[in-house]
Amino acid sequence: MVLPAPANRIVNTPAAEDAILSLQGITRRFGSVLALDEASLVIRPGTVHALLGENGAGKTTLMRVAFGLLKPDAGTIRLRGAIRTIPSPAVALALGIGMVHQHFTLVPAMTVAENVALGRHGRYNPRAASARVRDVASRAGLSLDPDALVSTLPVGAQQRCEIVKALARDVQLLVLDEPTAVLAPSEAAELLRWIRRFADAGNAIVLITHKLRDALAIADDVTVLRRGRTVLAIRASSTNESGLANAMLGNEMTAAAGVASVIASDEVALVTATTGAPVLVADAIHVADPRGVERVRGATLRVHAGEIVGIAAVEGEGQHELLRVLAGRCEPTSGSLQRPDVVGFVPEDRHHEALLLESSLVENIALRGAGARRGRMPWSALRDTTASIVRDYNVLTSGVQSPVRALSGGNQQKLVMGRELIDAPAALVVVNPSRGLDFRATAAVRDSLRSARLAGAAVVVYSSDLDEVLLLADRIYAMHDGVLTETPNDRESVGRAMLGGSSPSGA
Amino acid sequence: MLTASSTPVDQVAIPRSGSRTTAGETLAFVARTTALAGVALVVLVLLLVATGHDPAVALTALVRGAFGSWYAITSATLVRAVPLALAGLAVAIAFRAGILNIGAEGQLLMGAAIAAAVASVVGSLPAPIAIVCILLAGAAAGGAWASIAALLRQRFGVLEVISTIMLNFLAQYLIGWLVRGPLQEPTRINPQSKSLPDALHLPVLLEGTRLHVGVLLAIALAIGAWWWLKETAGGFRLRAVGANAAAAATTGQIRVGRTVVLAFVASGALAGLAGSVEFTGVTYALYDNFSPGYGFTAIAVALLARLNPIGVLATALLFGALEAGANAMQRDAGVPSVVVSVVEATLILSVVAAERWQSRSVARAESGT
Repeated sequence: MVLPAPANRIVNTPAAEDAILSLQGITRRFGSVLALDEASLVIRPGTVHALLGENGAGKTTLMRVAFGLLKPDAGTIRLRGAIRTIPSPAVALALGIGMVHQHFTLVPAMTVAENVALGRHGRYNPRAASARVRDVASRAGLSLDPDALVSTLPVGAQQRCEIVKALARDVQLLVLDEPTAVLAPSEAAELLRWIRRFADAGNAIVLITHKLRDALAIADDVTVLRRGRTVLAIRASSTNESGLANAMLGNEMTAAAGVASVIASDEVALVTATTGAPVLVADAIHVADPRGVERVRGATLRVHAGEIVGIAAVEGEGQHELLRVLAGRCEPTSGSLQRPDVVGFVPEDRHHEALLLESSLVENIALRGAGARRGRMPWSALRDTTASIVRDYNVLTSGVQSPVRALSGGNQQKLVMGRELIDAPAALVVVNPSRGLDFRATAAVRDSLRSARLAGAAVVVYSSDLDEVLLLADRIYAMHDGVLTETPNDRESVGRAMLGGSSPSGA
Repeated sequence: MLTASSTPVDQVAIPRSGSRTTAGETLAFVARTTALAGVALVVLVLLLVATGHDPAVALTALVRGAFGSWYAITSATLVRAVPLALAGLAVAIAFRAGILNIGAEGQLLMGAAIAAAVASVVGSLPAPIAIVCILLAGAAAGGAWASIAALLRQRFGVLEVISTIMLNFLAQYLIGWLVRGPLQEPTRINPQSKSLPDALHLPVLLEGTRLHVGVLLAIALAIGAWWWLKETAGGFRLRAVGANAAAAATTGQIRVGRTVVLAFVASGALAGLAGSVEFTGVTYALYDNFSPGYGFTAIAVALLARLNPIGVLATALLFGALEAGANAMQRDAGVPSVVVSVVEATLILSVVAAERWQSRSVARAESGT
């Protein structure tokens, strides 16, 4: 057993009796994988508690234990000093523990009030349910229309609906799993303000995040998990970004090049490449989604060889339709478009759109261009190609014939990236390149984007994480309501343009 | 529009076999199949005991009926295995493409019906050519019958599970009408078609048995399908669409709708061929209850073979033996042959359960983040 490195201190642990929730020695296995290894977490009332860790460190697993979704193999759960077992979410809610999952658990075809009432017993009275939602929302200071259909709500409002769902059960401890990932900067700021108010009223919030900046900005206490173990529990005021990063990664890793660049993202200076001829040129293009709704309404952009153009937008502004058109995966309804024959495309949802999970690495490499292939499959050449991608992109795998499902998320993404860059396409469209990846994989994927740019590819990057767009892009277009606006490369201007405000440079 | 991605095919537990089979996997496959057969055997014995039969007598009759003599092997087991293998291939191809074609029975019946119709007009051609015409007509009919469900799925998003089941009924009643109407034998006494002239029978493979050359056709098509799925771009596209239609469309830039329709029609053609082979090789006439549910058993054949065309040959043989043995058991031991249907159903359920259990344990290990 490895002891925490000296720099990782466990300090200021309040006595378990004062805590609203105290988890001690929680262990949980999944098959042969040890997801939690005697992890501990102590939440004081009236605080915001950031739970930090890399992907796979066990943050979500630990909170799923507290919320009754997973049974721990070992360990004790104390609620206000008393030992409890939490066999189900219903019990957790009854005990005042709520959780808002990263992927919302709302029924899209139902109204907000119906969603909030789900899981309650007895007769459903629509008017009373609406009144209850209105009451809970207004007391919490959250704006929410109880009678709106969830499917019509923007992501921010859906999240408020999830929160109100928990508050309607009178929870005093609310777990939020990566809540800012889907929000625009101004919405995220608003949420963080609400979190502060909720905690100040004597409740507690657990904020699962991998954003060090959010954690330090708002949290009172910070707990860091690494490989299922609690390696640091500390007051936020007595640590800083590098201290937390050390704890998350282990000291030995922060020294590695690339990792530092991800952590201190703002300080990275991009190597300026020489920009070449325009490769992707869209002029006033309109694009409809599969249901025929016009999502892109006259977008104009120009991407040159050797540059990374970032697209910044909140969810549902037409960026996905635009990106698919740029990637050659669908056609605009009108407007002129210049686009190379082959465009590399890393779609948003790896599992859904980029990979055949049950198939081998080789078959996943073979998938690219399969639509146009004739005759026999050149399996032997494809095996060699796969082996070289595995080598060049550092994909950790037991072999090119093992199923892609067996790879970690980061290695899957490296494989996808390698595949899309294999024939040095003139253009590359990448959506959420580092979503769900740990630091090292993020650094590797971003490095391959930068090398593609240096090699002369015209790269378009969209990420729902604005920081990532700001970090990677040479130029940025903000997208709002189907229209693109080129925007200066700073957080404030981009944030304003994303929400439809005019950019100051336009004046 | 890619309606294929909106069908819930991937929510159904279809066992998917990979493209590669290592020695270890083959071993695991054999071990699991043996275990499943063991479960089925235990269920069979329990059923026999529960229904008051002597298991030893009944099982002896079953084994003897399936393998007891050269004649039993060739003329009972193998003859039944042929339509099961062809229809099993049909189901395997469809399921590999993510199409839940439950309509092999109807496609088989339509193949037999059109084969009977064509047989009545090609008598003047040289026999070999006439036989080929009859067989191909059956395949074409099965393909055409399947294309109805394919188009309903692509155009209107109608679930093929529903439409193919409905088309099974249609085919069954259509045959009922044909054998009492346009295709009825000249004396108009029996509800069946005119007997196929001897010259148009599929050649018998082994003198003194009922085994016809259809068995070679089934073996050749199984090997061909296996090779095609594994080695050709078209076969890879079919598997990619079945594995993940959205990824096939987005990453592979594969025309999913076209692939689905082609696979569906190919599947129907194989089932239709099973019908025309059965007509020219075994029954020599069309009548009500032409097929003892070959198209349904074929689903079990394909699933138990984990949708591997070569495996289909083995499982078709197993089910052919079960059906042959069931008849003997009924004749010699007085055990109703439906007992064997229960065993077949047990096999299917065990396969699906084993598959679910396996994928669930994998998924659980992965969600541990």
